Amino acid sequence: MSTERITKKLTFKTFRFNAETDFLPYFKTYEMEVGKDELVLDILNRIKWEFDGSFSYRRSCRHGICGSCSIKVNGKPVLSCKQNVWELVDIFKTDTLLLEPQSKKRVVKDMIIDKKDFWDKHARLKPYLEAEIDEHPEKEILVSPEEAEELLEADYCIQCGNCYYACPVVEVNEEYFGPAQFAKAYRFNADVRDTAKRERLEAVRPMGPGVWDCVKCFECAEACPKDVNPIEKITKLHNQLFEEGMAEDNVATRHAVGFKHSIKKHGLLDEGELVRYSEGNIGVLKHLPEAIAMFKKGKIVMPWNMPKSKNLDEIKTLVKSSSKVKF
Amino acid sequence: MAELKYALYTGCTARESTPELLMSTMAVAKKLGIELILLDEASCCGASHLQDFDDFLSLVLNARNICYAEKLGLPMVTICNTCQLNTVMTKERLDSDEDLKSQVNEKLAEVGLEYKGTSSVRHFLYALIDDYGLDKLAEKVEKPLSDFNVAAFYGCHNIRPSHIHHKHNSKVIEKDVGEGGGEEGFTTDPMMAKYNNNENPYNPNSLDRLIEALQGKSVDYDSKNKCCGFHADLQAPKTANRLTGTALLDAIDNDADMMVTPCPLCHLNMDVKQHAVAKEMGRDIALPVLHLPQLVGLALGIDPKELGLQHNVSEATFV
Repeated sequence: MSTERITKKLTFKTFRFNAETDFLPYFKTYEMEVGKDELVLDILNRIKWEFDGSFSYRRSCRHGICGSCSIKVNGKPVLSCKQNVWELVDIFKTDTLLLEPQSKKRVVKDMIIDKKDFWDKHARLKPYLEAEIDEHPEKEILVSPEEAEELLEADYCIQCGNCYYACPVVEVNEEYFGPAQFAKAYRFNADVRDTAKRERLEAVRPMGPGVWDCVKCFECAEACPKDVNPIEKITKLHNQLFEEGMAEDNVATRHAVGFKHSIKKHGLLDEGELVRYSEGNIGVLKHLPEAIAMFKKGKIVMPWNMPKSKNLDEIKTLVKSSSKVKF
Repeated sequence: MAELKYALYTGCTARESTPELLMSTMAVAKKLGIELILLDEASCCGASHLQDFDDFLSLVLNARNICYAEKLGLPMVTICNTCQLNTVMTKERLDSDEDLKSQVNEKLAEVGLEYKGTSSVRHFLYALIDDYGLDKLAEKVEKPLSDFNVAAFYGCHNIRPSHIHHKHNSKVIEKDVGEGGGEEGFTTDPMMAKYNNNENPYNPNSLDRLIEALQGKSVDYDSKNKCCGFHADLQAPKTANRLTGTALLDAIDNDADMMVTPCPLCHLNMDVKQHAVAKEMGRDIALPVLHLPQLVGLALGIDPKELGLQHNVSEATFV
């Protein structure tokens, strides 16, 4: 068997910036032979050890647990110590990989970013178990496998921030909590021992910072290196708000509930009525300019022409018998 | 090649605010000899909002939609990214959880239906690329788009989460994955798979390849795989307008003559809201935005009126 090491010659275009000395960021390019088992973290190490000792990045556990070494490669958020380099070459079909920090506007030095906003928001959602437990319990508190299943994968989150810095809402709305924070809120809300569920729901229900501002883009699910699937947990928090009777009567909640009304009536969604129902009779007026533009182009269906699904009776029956939630 | 025949799940938008999407889909299918049977019995997929309120109801309704494709013995094809995602997410959950499938089937039995899981579900974009074939489509081009720079806007729900789409929207050639043979199969691991159309959510290429098959020039711009914000339009209009505006301006700044999208919800934001978005962004915005089958239809030489171009709000004056 051959002992020759198989390598690929790859180019790494690397984001460089030192907030203390640089006015603008710049890119430096490094070329190296890369073996098929090398991880992105190996490349970061080699840049520092073989090319430039000033190159900076975070690393700690090297076992995909601490979450400190996350960066973006060709725009894809990766956990450096988990991500194989050849796989990236394969999926991007290129020999040149762009190494960037998770968030360029938060850079302190090279790959190192300031995660203060991430941790501050995290802390505001009680990211811990709150329970009244006897200081000297006589027996352990048992959680059944079925109850533990309810956590889904939420407890696998390592707070790497990949989902948070990939979330487009975080980019344009500074007060938005973010997917990692919501996943953590769900993790403790779903724990049968916890007693702070309603407090967390109180915190995540306002529009602006809360769960209703999620744009449902699935960037968080794609970015997560631990398959936590944060958007699933955001949906679960929506569900909990309704189940706990804590969903406020606002445009976002009416928007969700309006789908049920429309489907029950037509099978299909009555788009115009949904907007009126969600916004209210006054609020709907702000959509008038777009409605007029659409009307002129034949894009508004009048109520008397609203299409209905065939076999609508079936849909009505199913809505009646399957619907489990009240509002 | 066997004649292509699908059960078409139109979704709601193509029946209401984007009539041009249904018109152009039917026109393109007719021109290419693809048979589409309309699933008139289908209901709304819930668009990820009903799911926030009543998850179980959304499962039952989506399963019912698939039942009607199964009754026809046909694969389902969708023309809306959000319908595609909600339908395949339902399929994934029911196909992998017998208990949940039983609960859903218990409800469906009340109306004489049973979800079996026998019909595949894929977006029309991938039906054109993988089933019909880009080479064959290229041969049918009568009016090449060679004068135009076209910005592909993919829309979130056709590319993320990739593991779902890799299973339902892409054909995987097993012989490329490794040993075992030459037959088409599926894999759920995006990292290990070799796809026909290898849809990398960080650098998707299916629409770009389609544009090039129509002899157009696909625009390289950062926002092509980003979110338009549609699902927060009502509750967070500023967020939605900024996301829509960033993508439109990115396309314009990279010399796009027009944009094309396979998602009617993205289309509504990109096409109808340009005036409001321009206000938010502080810049004028005027960019024709076409539905996927409108673009294909133009290249196939179909009359623009048959493609419903007159329904587009952003003026498509190049036609």
